[in-house]
Amino acid sequence: MMSEEVKESQEKENRDIIETEELTYADYFCSAVPQSVSPKAGKVIQKFYNWAQANSLWVLGFGTGCGSIEIPPLYTARYDVSRYGIFPRPTPRQASVFIISGYASVKTLKRIIRSYEQMQNPKFVMGLGSCTINGGMYFDSYNTINRLDYYLPVDVYIAGCMPRPEALIAGFNKLKELIKEGKAEGANLYAENFEWYKANQKKVIKDWNMPDYNW
Amino acid sequence: MKELINRVESRFTLLNHIEQRPDLLFLSMDAKEVVEVLTYLRDIENYQHLVMISAVDRMEDHMFQLTYLVHNYSDNIDIGIRTNIDRDNPVISSMHHLWPAAQVYQRELHELFGIDFPGSPRQDEPMMLEGWDNIPPMRRDFDTKKYSEETFFPRAGRETYDPRKVMAGKTYPKENEIKHEIKKLVRDQRNK
Repeated sequence: MMSEEVKESQEKENRDIIETEELTYADYFCSAVPQSVSPKAGKVIQKFYNWAQANSLWVLGFGTGCGSIEIPPLYTARYDVSRYGIFPRPTPRQASVFIISGYASVKTLKRIIRSYEQMQNPKFVMGLGSCTINGGMYFDSYNTINRLDYYLPVDVYIAGCMPRPEALIAGFNKLKELIKEGKAEGANLYAENFEWYKANQKKVIKDWNMPDYNW
Repeated sequence: MKELINRVESRFTLLNHIEQRPDLLFLSMDAKEVVEVLTYLRDIENYQHLVMISAVDRMEDHMFQLTYLVHNYSDNIDIGIRTNIDRDNPVISSMHHLWPAAQVYQRELHELFGIDFPGSPRQDEPMMLEGWDNIPPMRRDFDTKKYSEETFFPRAGRETYDPRKVMAGKTYPKENEIKHEIKKLVRDQRNK
């Protein structure tokens, strides 16, 4: 996926970090604003890439709300979602799908944003349950966000309270369709509207004691 | 139960007591005596388990009502110690030295109601509400819906229609119109 130029510049960066003896706080994360990545390969190869991506979705093991209880049956014998090439990963750096499973409180949202930004491209977000769509039954809560798409770019919503694992599988199939068509461009959307997303995030998270972008 | 009430009454000033169930008793005390009563119940009457500390915002009476619920495993009896503290100056002595777990309840009450427990560990650290800059959210004068609408970008809901009215308008438009006019006339007559 990565072009030669990006690779070279990254290697140079890495060398620079190793060469400097005294590491500062800023050296532990990249503070550069994310860039929108346009497809560099030809149309046919891009289609192949999309097909390959759609068939290896790695889900971040991060349960945010009550919906996280629907995830274990998804992976285990009954709904065995590895049939579709979907498998959980323990760390954001290895994952490509982030399921926001249910309500997200402001405190959790802070961790969600950090995890999302640590994920590498290509990355997709699925909003599970009505809480991510309009706040659900917590629409008037002082501590849970109402619309997830103001803070993260959401590719697929799964409605319900709670949606069953079958609904989740249907959501995954929809996500695969979108990826194959090249329409799941959430990471690019995030990079293009970075200022707007950050402004919304900072409106809610009032003690912003972390870097603006880190991975 | 009666004996227990007598024993408590002989040692402390009991304002009121309610025997809610054979195994549930509520004692109303002055705020100054709460820690002493709890110490007595824990060490002498064998009420070893702190079930919870809860608060009720009684805004009209300008007070918070606190309830300390303790449980006795050998007799299976719960006792709630109730006390009222001033709403404008909500301070009550901490009891984390009796049950270390009480500090969690006290942190929670401090965060959600603004009740101050002097000396309670980690009380001023944020627990659930990181960076909260408003009045404590569980106080009744805090408008949670208004706050949510101002902060969290609400999504407009779908418009809902009463199917009976919609279908009546669609299937019998003329009759429906006449019906509404008659209803309006009747209403006007009644209001006169």
